[in-house]
Amino acid sequence: MNSLVIEAEGLMKRYGSQIVVDSLDLTIAKGEVFGLLGPNGAGKTTTILMLMGMSEPHGGTIRVCGINPVTHPLSVKRKVGYLPEDVGFYDDYSGIDNLVYTARLNGQSPAQARHQAEQLLRRIGLWEDAHKKTGKYSRGMRQRLGLADVLMKSPEVIILDEPTLGIDPTGVRELMELIVKLSRDEGITVLFSSHHLHQVQQVCDRVGLFVGGRLLAQGDIPQLAQSLLNDNLYAIEAAIDHPDEKILSDALMSVNGVMSVERRRDLFHIRTNHDVTAVIAQRVIEAGGALTYLNRVEYGLDEIYCRYFEGGSNHDVN
Amino acid sequence: MLIKQLREPITRIAQCMPGLSPQNKTERFTRHPFWVMVDKEMMDHIRSWRFMILVAIVVLTCLGASYTALLNIAKAVKPGDADEAFLFLNLFTVSDGTLPSFVVFMGFLGPLLGIGMGFDAINSEQSRGTLSRILSQPIHRDYLINAKFVAALMVIALLVFVMGYLVAGAGLIAIGIPPTFEEFMRINLFLMLSVVYIAFWLNLSVLFSIRFRQAATSALSGIAVWLFFNLFYPLMLNIVLKPFTPSAYASPKSIYLFERSRYLLSQLMPNELFNEATSTLLMPTVRSVGPLTMQQVEGALPGPLPLGQSALLVWPQITGLLAATLICFALSYYLFVRREIRGRS
Repeated sequence: MNSLVIEAEGLMKRYGSQIVVDSLDLTIAKGEVFGLLGPNGAGKTTTILMLMGMSEPHGGTIRVCGINPVTHPLSVKRKVGYLPEDVGFYDDYSGIDNLVYTARLNGQSPAQARHQAEQLLRRIGLWEDAHKKTGKYSRGMRQRLGLADVLMKSPEVIILDEPTLGIDPTGVRELMELIVKLSRDEGITVLFSSHHLHQVQQVCDRVGLFVGGRLLAQGDIPQLAQSLLNDNLYAIEAAIDHPDEKILSDALMSVNGVMSVERRRDLFHIRTNHDVTAVIAQRVIEAGGALTYLNRVEYGLDEIYCRYFEGGSNHDVN
Repeated sequence: MLIKQLREPITRIAQCMPGLSPQNKTERFTRHPFWVMVDKEMMDHIRSWRFMILVAIVVLTCLGASYTALLNIAKAVKPGDADEAFLFLNLFTVSDGTLPSFVVFMGFLGPLLGIGMGFDAINSEQSRGTLSRILSQPIHRDYLINAKFVAALMVIALLVFVMGYLVAGAGLIAIGIPPTFEEFMRINLFLMLSVVYIAFWLNLSVLFSIRFRQAATSALSGIAVWLFFNLFYPLMLNIVLKPFTPSAYASPKSIYLFERSRYLLSQLMPNELFNEATSTLLMPTVRSVGPLTMQQVEGALPGPLPLGQSALLVWPQITGLLAATLICFALSYYLFVRREIRGRS
């Protein structure tokens, strides 16, 4: 886990006067599943294209598997599989023929290519449709075929650009499980971009938050939460029957660690800086209230997402 | 039993040659990615409906053209004519006015064939979302555009030569006089020139397919350019030059200058270049393509030119067509290699 597969330092890309990627530092270790999370237009695709050597950076250095993709794009493309956003296939070719063509572009012989395509199609569960024309494939099937296509060259790294876009929830879960399984089984490093935080949260070892061309934070989910939400880490939702709301509120506020109490419809929303759920339950009963529901809410990426993506991208972390 | 006996030596020979033996064939057959792409593009062309329609048009044309040529070839030859020696070439050029000759058809439909095969070369890949997937494979970016060009060119060359030889063959059977070696070479040169001419339109439409995202836009622009040179440019040339037309009593020098400039301006039309080059190649009696002064004509004996001289006469036209083709290709190459490819947009 200690050798670095992707290293980017001070990466920069401009389109005209607009800076799309701004001094990006990114390191991904071997075998890791890294999620690049950001809203649309954050510069995720641009970053990926630069890693693939398909777009030239205006500053900074990149190393992918120890190779510089700017000067040696072919060597990088030999080792890295890239699934573009909304991938397309030759519609009048069958699924297997599309895969064989990819393999042959990678210099495999037809027999070898066909053999590997068959294996992969079985593995991703598309074997029954292997000889159907890809024009008749559904979106989910196309994405899965895309994954197989990426794996045809036996890559060390796979880069997936919005792989789950436009697939139904079951399809998304299957695809994500497939990706994680591949990474675990074969030690393939995975970098994928998404703006769906739940998917990222489920499968990624580490996540990078990418907003406005800058990487705001990276790390696993608890680390991210810690670095981005210093306090207000916990929240408690409670449904309480009490004759006088004012007295109840005061009683709750007096608990050590409670920062705020708010009533949202039927629920009281209590923010605390550490876990005081038990104390709150006790205090409610002491104050003569009837506690019907109590739930500790842990902050996940949801909150982070709202704060940094929807709350405005010019938000400063520190 | 007999068949088995017959097959045995063949299998034995095949086994001696590693490339031919069936067991080894699949294992050893690892082609360079570029040729894999050319293979695929050619296959796509040949299997596509569009190509079949284009071929159907061209085949009908050939049939019509050779039919009229065969009907009228007897009338075209007068005894004692200098052309008599080149009877066979008349197959490609003779017509009675109801249907155009093969040469005219080729000049007219060739561009359509070229445009038809190239107008969606790059933009269809982009809109299908296959472009970025293919370019993320370990191939050089120019392979794609080169492969598309080479494949289309090979298909066109095959088609043109097959058509030409079919017409020649049909004529051979019908008139019973074999072509001389010079006639054969002239026919080959003419077919090669046709391929270059179609390649020009092919490259132009590939250029449009890179420039325009919509296949329909690029097809229309190709056809617009073709129409412009076929219809409007000669018309414009006439309108623009009319006020400068010297009177019949003007000095020979000014008449010569006028004719010369009109000739030069008409050379900008690729179809004019093609027509001049082909008619000179297929009609050995054509001695000049531009205006001549009396001094130049004086003392000239009316007779056919040898092949070398005919070719020399239209060398500028051939070079011009080749140059136009190369310019289009270079432009498309530049545009494509410089472009950033992202997704379908």
